[in-house]
Amino acid sequence: MNDPRDFIAHEAGLLDERRFDDWLALFADGGHYWVPLLGAAQADPFSHNSLAYEDRLLLQLRVERLKNPRAHSQHPASHSQHVLQPSRIEEEAADEVRLRTPFLYVEARGDDQILLSGTARHHLIRTPTGWSIREKRIDLLNATRALPAIQLFI
Amino acid sequence: MTTYRNRPDLVAALVRDDRVHRDLYLSDELFALEQERLFANTWVFLGHASQVPEAGDFVTQEIAGRPLLMVRQPDGAVHVMYNRCAHKGTQLVTDESGNTGRFFRCPYHAWTYKLDGAPLGLPLKNGYEGTQLKACESGQGLPVVKHVKVYRDFVFVRLADTGPSFEDYFGEVLGALDNMVDRSPEGKLTVGGGVLRNIVHCNWKMYLENINDTVHPMSTHESATKAAEALWEGHAPTDPKPMAMEQILPFGSGYEFFDKMGGRVFANGHSVLGVNFSIHSNYAQLPEYEAAMQAAHGVERATDILQRSPQNSVLYPSLSVKGSPQAIRVIRPLAANRTLIEAWSFRAAGAPALLFERAMSYNRLVFSPMSVVAHDDVHLFESIQQGLRAGGNEWISLHRNHDPAETQQATVTTNGTNELLMRNQFRAWAKAMTVEAAA
Ligand code: FES
Ligand SMILES: [Fe+2]
Repeated sequence: MNDPRDFIAHEAGLLDERRFDDWLALFADGGHYWVPLLGAAQADPFSHNSLAYEDRLLLQLRVERLKNPRAHSQHPASHSQHVLQPSRIEEEAADEVRLRTPFLYVEARGDDQILLSGTARHHLIRTPTGWSIREKRIDLLNATRALPAIQLFI
Repeated sequence: MTTYRNRPDLVAALVRDDRVHRDLYLSDELFALEQERLFANTWVFLGHASQVPEAGDFVTQEIAGRPLLMVRQPDGAVHVMYNRCAHKGTQLVTDESGNTGRFFRCPYHAWTYKLDGAPLGLPLKNGYEGTQLKACESGQGLPVVKHVKVYRDFVFVRLADTGPSFEDYFGEVLGALDNMVDRSPEGKLTVGGGVLRNIVHCNWKMYLENINDTVHPMSTHESATKAAEALWEGHAPTDPKPMAMEQILPFGSGYEFFDKMGGRVFANGHSVLGVNFSIHSNYAQLPEYEAAMQAAHGVERATDILQRSPQNSVLYPSLSVKGSPQAIRVIRPLAANRTLIEAWSFRAAGAPALLFERAMSYNRLVFSPMSVVAHDDVHLFESIQQGLRAGGNEWISLHRNHDPAETQQATVTTNGTNELLMRNQFRAWAKAMTVEAAA
């Protein structure tokens, strides 16, 4: 999987198949998953709050929690579907690349489903075994509005 | 079908000494009456003065179903008006916040108003000569909310003309706001980092009760705390923890911990949970910050301020305060079965950046729509909202540690797991709901 655009599609596919351990393994050691509260308008994760700003430790916590039968909010379980537009390469260097991927995200649980849209921005670095995520940033279209619970990973 | 509107006896009967009736959570009619009576007759948190630093800055906010406008005046005062043009009712502004300049101009027919709502001008002025415009409401400018209290920059309103004074209504629980503001060596807070907003499909009272519920964390949050404990396994209790661990692990504290933290109730539904200690008590100390606090307040008072870190203080009916981390939650009821919950973070002037980081981190981990902790709470609130439709039992139990003598005193200090803190909220509810609406 040399083309980073294939990697983006693969990454979303793992989430939608609920292969969360495999998904987490895609993150680099210092990697972050970030959903800014101001969406695309936000400059950094420190001066303004975020819907989520998680390092590997916190992502691991989430993944482990989802496996616990007493994760009450997962009875019934949530399922996701990422509908991705083609990824566009924003910046490319010898061993790193930045891409943007507009998406629709559906999270379904029981009789309810929520629909979110926005742009995923990936910063990938090349490792001996393939691409790895330095940062996955999700700029939601309506990040500042009141939202219902989002339980899986956009 | 109107059942409750003209029957205060039926409303009062919904709140017994040790239990409440499900209609409190399910009835659309009671929700409408709450807007008219409870939320209009009590002091409700609107916003913070730091949201409107400059003259002409405004924030819009709906309270008790009425659109309001908080505006900074040229003389520095904060005024609150109804966001309704005197002509035909257009909202003067529809952005959540902004700066209007030196006056408001209605987008519909261009009537203008001073920042305090006084009428300024209108087109085709001659057309009003000889009419009664000046003599009636339409000529008076924007209707003003008369009862506004800015307490240490926290802005509250009472929409009804009559009712308790701000100080009488809140009394000693205002100490919770004092404690949070006094954590700034300069005595000043500003809202920072934005507001996390959640839509929860449950009745607002369920959320407010849960703020005083210390028996649920062990079972409700088991999945999050077990995952955190597993990841933190092998570390000594004294090892410095990443902030997320410092904040999440204490949710797994046992029943004894929560019982011993203690609670206190006050008249009118207010309470402080964690009068002895709380899940926030063991955050790492910051020596430079303590020194700054001692310089500002004196050693004794600084120690007192910093050692008090209650779990939650409830300024009934809509505000919940955490002095440390500096955060508030605001409960904004939308319908009997739908509630908006806001989580705000504050920067404390003169305090290290780490304090603000703690507030943001706590809100993000615990109160964000993407929280790792709140999913289970929210699921259970929404589950209760559904479960109460079941027949066979129309009552919600609040029996734990009930003592018939408890209704005789306004202020009671008790164990942390006593459901008195919730009973106290419902007694205030019954009181407000059976007083004739004044507005
Ligand atoms: S409604 Fe405002 S000017 Fe006409
Ligand atoms: Fe909880």
